[in-house]
Parts: sequence; structure tokens; C-alpha cells
Amino acid sequence: MTLLLSPLAALGRSVLAGLAMLGRIVIFALRAFSHILRPPYYPREIGHALLQIGWLSLPVVGLTAVFTGGALALQIYAGGARFNAEAVVPQIVAIGMVRELGPVLVGLMIAARVTSSIAAEIATMKVTEQIDALVTLSTHPMKYLVAPRVLAALLTVPLLVGIGDVIGILGGYTVAVQNLDFNAATYLQNTVNFLELRDIASSLAKGAVFGVIAAVMGCYYGMHSGRGAMGVGRATKSSVQAAAILILAANFVLTGVFFSV
Amino acid sequence: MIELRDVHKTFGANRVLRGVDLTIPKGTSMVIIGGSGTGKSVALKCVLGLISPDSGLITLDGQDVTKGDRDAFLARFGMLFQGGALFDSLPVWQNVAFRLLRGSLKRPLAEAREIAIEKLRRVGLTPEQADKFPAELSGGMQKRVGLARAIAADPEIIFFDEPTTGLDPIMSGVINELIREIVVEMGATAMTITHDMTSVRAIADNVAMLHDGVIQWTGPVAEMDASGDPYLEQFVTGSAEGPIEAVR
Repeated sequence: MTLLLSPLAALGRSVLAGLAMLGRIVIFALRAFSHILRPPYYPREIGHALLQIGWLSLPVVGLTAVFTGGALALQIYAGGARFNAEAVVPQIVAIGMVRELGPVLVGLMIAARVTSSIAAEIATMKVTEQIDALVTLSTHPMKYLVAPRVLAALLTVPLLVGIGDVIGILGGYTVAVQNLDFNAATYLQNTVNFLELRDIASSLAKGAVFGVIAAVMGCYYGMHSGRGAMGVGRATKSSVQAAAILILAANFVLTGVFFSV
Repeated sequence: MIELRDVHKTFGANRVLRGVDLTIPKGTSMVIIGGSGTGKSVALKCVLGLISPDSGLITLDGQDVTKGDRDAFLARFGMLFQGGALFDSLPVWQNVAFRLLRGSLKRPLAEAREIAIEKLRRVGLTPEQADKFPAELSGGMQKRVGLARAIAADPEIIFFDEPTTGLDPIMSGVINELIREIVVEMGATAMTITHDMTSVRAIADNVAMLHDGVIQWTGPVAEMDASGDPYLEQFVTGSAEGPIEAVR
């Protein structure tokens, strides 16, 4: 009997530990937002975070989007040809990029690039006592380190998603026009006509949520890092894993919220 | 005056502080000695509120340090961390002037820079070092920048955590002299953690030895060599034989 129950007990313990961790992350995120709303503010830190998270992520977002848009156009054309529906390439590329692939891929790229960098930087600051030094210098680490990064991600990732959507559609357009003999004007006309405001709003909203998840995960794991190089490595790995999983889970929930009716 | 009364702190199964009682009179330099892992840094961090003690009372001038305005409390302190704990992303002068560039002690940029350069000069660094980043400096220079940061806002109380660890004997001597000069010159209350006996003799007015989570011996530095305490004697002489286990 014990032999049967012990795997269940272990599963129960893991679920409880997971829920407790989620609770701690939610409380951490709420504290971060409370610091965003209350002065003092650190404009230089916010500016630096906007540059790091937004501007410097543009190349990786652009490259990811253009190749994904191009591949999507080829796939839809090849798949559509099986039932004489090649003409739907512009519409499906547009809807696929804007509703799903744009936000998810940008979110995952941000998790890879930004979450890891935030977690490693803050974890290193923790193990070298820089965070303790901040406290002794009357500076709240949540306000100085976490709030600017979360705010910057909240503001810039929706913009990155919007830019990624446009570049992805242009990638599909280029492939369709150059390789698949689509008419350029008709392709663009079909794309514009097919997209609804709700598609764009959902894309940007997903971007905001994914940005917050990416920044909060990086900050949380960095601030709770263990000691030494191993602690920094573990914090970085865990932050990216957690951010990627939460982004995909949030995407499922948000897609249901926006498009279930 | 800083007072610790029956301070306890446990991490998991490890009882680090088991009832620490210590008084540091105003304007004096107290050095806490003890082996590695005996809780010296934990005691110091408890005073600063970086770690919360499980029980006991810590007061500064009779006021419980856990109560009252935290910013005003921390504004009275300067701290030199073991590894310097300089902010990599900021140039040296901004590290030194960190407290003067934000918060209640904020000064205009030019004035903050001027004060930073003056403090750097005070610890033997030239203005040319001010615009470098911490990674461009040697370990000894980083320590001195940390010292300049600790004294930048002219604090009443300065804590030094292992100020000479990792430095060569000459640089250790320079840092010890600087600490002594600064403490005397500023009339500050100082609390230093070290296991370097040269530093103890150079810096201390009073010495406290922490062992097994309690203050084993405390008294003026002049009485240290004739204390009659077997723990202190073993530590001071660096002998492997004695009540302190050599392998911990």
C-alpha cells in the first residue's frame, strides 16, 4: 500500500511546492508593480532598461519574425495546394503571425535574451553583495533593480510584438510575391482587409503580458539566487525555463479569452 | 552606542548566533574576531537589518533598530563590504557618490562628483581613476573605492567586513592605516570583522571574540595578549592546539 501511495505523495508534494512557488512569484510581481506606482523613480535605470529590453532586442525579433513569416507562407501554400486553397496564403499568414506566432515567438525570444540576462545580472549582484550594498545605501533593490525592468518590459514588448507582426507579414509577402507568383498589391490588400482590430489588440495585449512574465521571472530568480557561480547558473536556467512555460500557458489562456466566442 | 542583547540566528539546522551580547560605545572602534563561519558577518548584517535575528534586541543609541524610519537609520551608516561590492555598471565616482546622487542626501551632480573625487583622494586614489569602471581597477584599488563609498556621506557609524582579505601585506597595511585615520578623524563608531591579527592591532580600541555563537571574550585591545582566555589565546597565536577545533 505504501509502495502505491508514495508516488502519489511525491506528486502531491511537487504540486504543492509548485503552487507555493507560483504564489511567491505572484506576490513578487505585485510588489514590483507597487514600486512602479510609488516614488522615488529612477529615470536613468528606466531608460537603461528600455534600451536593453526594447531597442537592443529589435534585431533578434526582426530576424525571428521575417524567417517565420517566410516559412509560414511556404507551408500554407504547400498545404493549401492539397485542396486547391493556395490563395489563402495572405490571410493565414496575417492571422497566424498576428494572433499566435508573432506574440509567442517574440515572447520566447525575449525570455531567451532578456530573462536570462536579467537573472544572471541580478544573481551576480546578489552573490557579490551588491544588493546588500544597495540596501545599506538606502536604495530599495525592488525599486532600483526590479521596477525599472518590469516597467520597461511592459512598455516595449508590445511594441516589439507589433514590429514582429509587421516584419513577419512582410516576410510572408516577400516569399509569396517572389517565389509563389502572388500579385503584390492583391496580397497586401487581402492582408489588410482580413485582419480585425481584435486580432491586433490581442497581439499587443499578449505582448504586454509576456513582457511582464519575462522580466518578473528574470528578476525573481535573480533576487532568489543561490551562492556562487552554480547559484547564478541555476537562477539563469530556471528563470528561462519558467518564463517560457508561463508564456506558453498564458498564451493558451489569453487565446481562449480573446477568441473562444 | 550599539548594543546587541541575547541575539539568536539560525539557518536551517545551523545555529549561528546563540545569544550574542555586545556593546560598542560611541566613537570607539570595535573589532570582532573569530574563525571562518562563526557568524561574524551575520552579526554585522543583523545590526544593519540585512538579516533579521530570530530573537534578541539590537539598539542604536537606545532605539530598537527594527523600528523607526529605516532610511534615516541607514543614512547614519557606511559599510565596506568584503569584496568591495562595487556596482559594475557605474563608473568609480558614481559608485562613491551613489548616496549623494539619489534619496534624501541628494546633491547637484557637479557637487556630488567633487565630493567623490575628494573622498577618492582621501583614500589615495587620483581623480584619473574616477571615470574608470570597477573592473578596470586592481583588488586593492577596488577596496579603496569601497572605503571611499563608505565614508562619502560622512556617516556616524562605519562597518568594515574583512577589509584586508585578499590583499598583499603592504596593501593591507595601507588599508588598516586608512581605516584608523578615518575613524579617528571623523570620530565615527566603527565595527570591523576580521581574522587578520595585524588589522586587529592596527584598527581596534576594543576586541570581541565570537566563537560557538556567543561572545567568548571582549575587552580593550591592550588586554588581548594577556586575557587568560584559552580560546582567544589560541586564536591570537594561531595554534592548532587548544579548545578551538582546527578542523571545523
